Amino acid sequence: MTQVASTNSPLLHAEQLSSIRGGRVLFENLNFSVSAGQLWQVSGPNGAGKSSLLRILTGLLAPSNGLVSFYGKPLSHNWSEYCEQLLFIGHKAAVKGELSARENFHWQQQLSSTEDIDAWELLEKLGLLGLEDELTARLSAGQQRRVALTRLWATQASLWILDEPFTALDVQGIALLQQRFVEHIQNGGTIIFTSHQSLTLSDLTPEKLSLEYQGEIL
Amino acid sequence: MSQLSSRQIWVTLLKRDLRIAARRRSDALNPLLFLLMVVTLFPLGIGPGPDILARIAPGIIWVAALLASLLGLERLFRDDFQDGTLEQLCLLPQPLAFTVTAKMAVHWLLSGLPLVILSPVLALLLSLPLQGWWALALTLLLGTPALSALGAIGAALTLQVQRGSSLVSLILIPLFIPLLIFATAAVENASMGLAVHGQLAILAAISVLTVTLAPLAVAAGIRMSVN
Repeated sequence: MTQVASTNSPLLHAEQLSSIRGGRVLFENLNFSVSAGQLWQVSGPNGAGKSSLLRILTGLLAPSNGLVSFYGKPLSHNWSEYCEQLLFIGHKAAVKGELSARENFHWQQQLSSTEDIDAWELLEKLGLLGLEDELTARLSAGQQRRVALTRLWATQASLWILDEPFTALDVQGIALLQQRFVEHIQNGGTIIFTSHQSLTLSDLTPEKLSLEYQGEIL
Repeated sequence: MSQLSSRQIWVTLLKRDLRIAARRRSDALNPLLFLLMVVTLFPLGIGPGPDILARIAPGIIWVAALLASLLGLERLFRDDFQDGTLEQLCLLPQPLAFTVTAKMAVHWLLSGLPLVILSPVLALLLSLPLQGWWALALTLLLGTPALSALGAIGAALTLQVQRGSSLVSLILIPLFIPLLIFATAAVENASMGLAVHGQLAILAAISVLTVTLAPLAVAAGIRMSVN
């Protein structure tokens, strides 16, 4: 995992963040800081703006007002460094249906420069062995999600922003993902994720950010 | 573990898209079949007289090439947009304007280059004089990169539009007109044994300009759609 030289500034800092989508205020005046090594869970009812908040934190979506800074600098000022540190898995998981699970993983490995990871071992761990040459479009939603989540094992990024990562996973898949969360945090990584579920991670209690309609922080 | 160079990422994206295209052979072959059908049907419609065919051959081939390049253009970024891959491209450390050139290159390799390779067959089917063959191949070689570059702009701008293919055509056809004029003029001149350097130079200039500047517009269009 690559780390940016530590500074006194937090890893991510949101200042007076507001989002208005389709004329509706999702949230406004959000202020929070995420430090390296923290686990953050963003929760709230459907439509409260969780996904929008994550997309703003990734820089994919511009906030209606406010600023996100990475180690004290606006994202746009050190965009390249930020992208090197960031792994984002959104609702749309960037899995190509025309490629097999192994090819999807291989492609991801190449883009993240993690060719030293044993693909077979990982596919077995994720319960995808035997399906590795099946086109991903033919896999179930849960299996496709597992293909997408292989990225969590093939990355050098220290900041993970994950939108509903537990969706469509079975109990075994959820346990595996939780274990990966613990490993990443213990290695000094940072995770911000949305979920409707309460997480029970060994020795880890997520920082909570709850959104309501019109964005009050509870 | 080391960070990848821009060139490695570009090659990775190119290979990935070519592999996906190989899995969707019909999508890749449709424009070529369309072009071949148009060129084959014209002699049946207007008669096999070689003089008439040779006179209108440059126009037929280039109009068919322009229309063929529009086929499937709508999907250039749409599949990646719908499955989230485009978001991931936006989040690569390399500039988006650079990475989208890999997709433009794939479009050219699958739609422009086959036209260049097929051009002798097309010229033969339309009784183009021998001296016009090489000019046709050269105009296609110099002009089709511009088709892919301009096409990518149209595809990026209409990402959010449902059934945007007609809008893509409306945006692009006016932009294709200079290419059509200079390319057909070059082939006609070559067929008559006249100099074609001027037209070829202009085609090359258009391609260089569009291939250089289009990625910036494409990246802006994609960011607007992803936002």
